[in-house]
This record gives sequence, structure tokens and C-alpha cells, in this order.
Amino acid sequence: MTFSPVSRLTRRYRFSASHRLHSPALTDVENRAIYGKCNNPFGHGHDYLLEVTIAGTPDPLTGLILPRHDLDQWVERRVLKLFDHRDINTDVAGLSARVPTTENIALFVARLLAEDWPRAFPAAPARLARVHILETDRNGFEVLINETLHRQPHA
Amino acid sequence: MYITRKAEFSASHVCRLAAWSDEENRRAFGEASHLHGHGHNYVVEVTLEGEPDPVTGMIVDLKRVKQLLEEEVVEPMDHRFLNIEVPPFDRIVPTTENVAREIWDRLERRFPPGSARLHRVRLYETSDCYVDIVRDSLPQTEAS
Repeated sequence: MTFSPVSRLTRRYRFSASHRLHSPALTDVENRAIYGKCNNPFGHGHDYLLEVTIAGTPDPLTGLILPRHDLDQWVERRVLKLFDHRDINTDVAGLSARVPTTENIALFVARLLAEDWPRAFPAAPARLARVHILETDRNGFEVLINETLHRQPHA
Repeated sequence: MYITRKAEFSASHVCRLAAWSDEENRRAFGEASHLHGHGHNYVVEVTLEGEPDPVTGMIVDLKRVKQLLEEEVVEPMDHRFLNIEVPPFDRIVPTTENVAREIWDRLERRFPPGSARLHRVRLYETSDCYVDIVRDSLPQTEAS
């Protein structure tokens, strides 16, 4: 049995956004108890850090899994434009049915990118492998992309 | 169980193919294709896999890992122009992918089966861009 090493490339991006954690399925008292300060009616914001990881075999000629510029432009167009300097509760349509916890934001971004990958990079010998979002440098949420997530429709 | 050791080196490089036009190089490599080169403070993290020795309580002697990183990576690459001074980058483009893979190959030879096994090499070109070379957990088949 032989083992071969796998190459993965990770790029870090940033976006700044506001949000409020409040579930309509819970009472005001319950919302305050569960979400604490994050339930503040006027919202609050973070400088989010987004890590996007792709896996693949570097091109034998260029030595690149994917040109950085292509990956950067794709993330900018698909994700950063949606979130940067926006209020997540009101401005990000695809997330309006969910409480914008970083868990839900990470899952939303992972599904969005996983679904769009085959359209954006049909010929690339690489795949989306991971989305990691940090709300602050103390809280990070990581989604590993597998075939299941690629097939799942938006919930 | 995994143990990770970090090292740093600073080096210059240029990512371009001689046979390509400036425009083609810019398209693939962006600013990194500028003819005269540029530099980075690279950070390399080496992760080894193994079980602690029942007597020493150590997976691996970290002094040895530090020494191997010094010999295989820092000494040959620190304050060098990779394309000119560090083979194989006189022949292949020193992208983060290729430099990480070269470090993997150099270290893989120094950790023979039976000792702590090389699990991952992570190479940061900047704090916003890094490449992992990871041992695949799946056996390779003819089809792949």
C-alpha cells in the first residue's frame, strides 16, 4: 500500500458586518437568556475572518493548485460582496430565515461556495475542501466540505 | 497523537515561466511574476504523528526535529533567492505549493518508517496564504 501526500491551499479574507442573534421561535426572555449581549435589539458587529481551503494537485507547469487571483475574485464576488459592511439580518437574503450565528453563517457560506464551485471552476483539478469563519480571534467555526454537502440543497 | 514544530526563514523568489509572455505570467501568478523577484517571511510548521515512548514520554526528540528543520530548510533557504540558489527551483516555479512539497520531500527522507511519521507540512507564505501537504489517509489505487 502506498500513500501520497495531498496539497491544500488556504487563503484568508476579511469582512466587517453587523448582526443580532434573536430567534422568533423563542420569547424575549429566552432570547436574552440564550444569546446574552448578542441579543441587543440594536445589533452589534464584528471583523470576521474567512478562511477558504481548496485541495488539489498543483499544475505540473505552473506549480499552482489554482491562480490566487481567480480564487480571490470568486470569494470576493460570491461572499465578501454579500457581507462586507452589511447588516447580516437585513441585507443577506439567503440567511434571513435563520439566526445569523457564526455556525449558520459558516454553513451558508460553505453551501454557497460548494454549489458554485463546479460552475466557477469547471476545469480545475481541485475541489473546495473547507470553510472556516472566525467571529473574533477567540471563536472559530469550521465546515469540512464533503460530497454530501456538495449535493445538499439549501436548507 | 500529533506534535508540531515551527521554524521561519526569509527568502526571495519570482513566479514566472520563461516561455510565457508577461501577460500570461501576470494572469497565472499576478504580482509574484515581477521579473526582479520579491521576498517573504516564510513560516513552516511540521507535524509528526506517533505515540509517546513509554519511558521518555516523548513522541520524538524535539531537539532532533529542530536540527533537521535547520539542516533541510532554514540553512539552505534562509536569506536566499530560491530561483537561483535553491534547487529544484532553478527548474520549477517556487510557488507556495512547490516549496511546501519540496520541504515535505526533504523531511520525509529524514523520518524513516518506525519513528515518528511526517503527517503535515504547513507553509505560510504570508499570514493570509498557506499551503498544507498532508499524508493522505486513503490508499492509492491504480485508478487514481
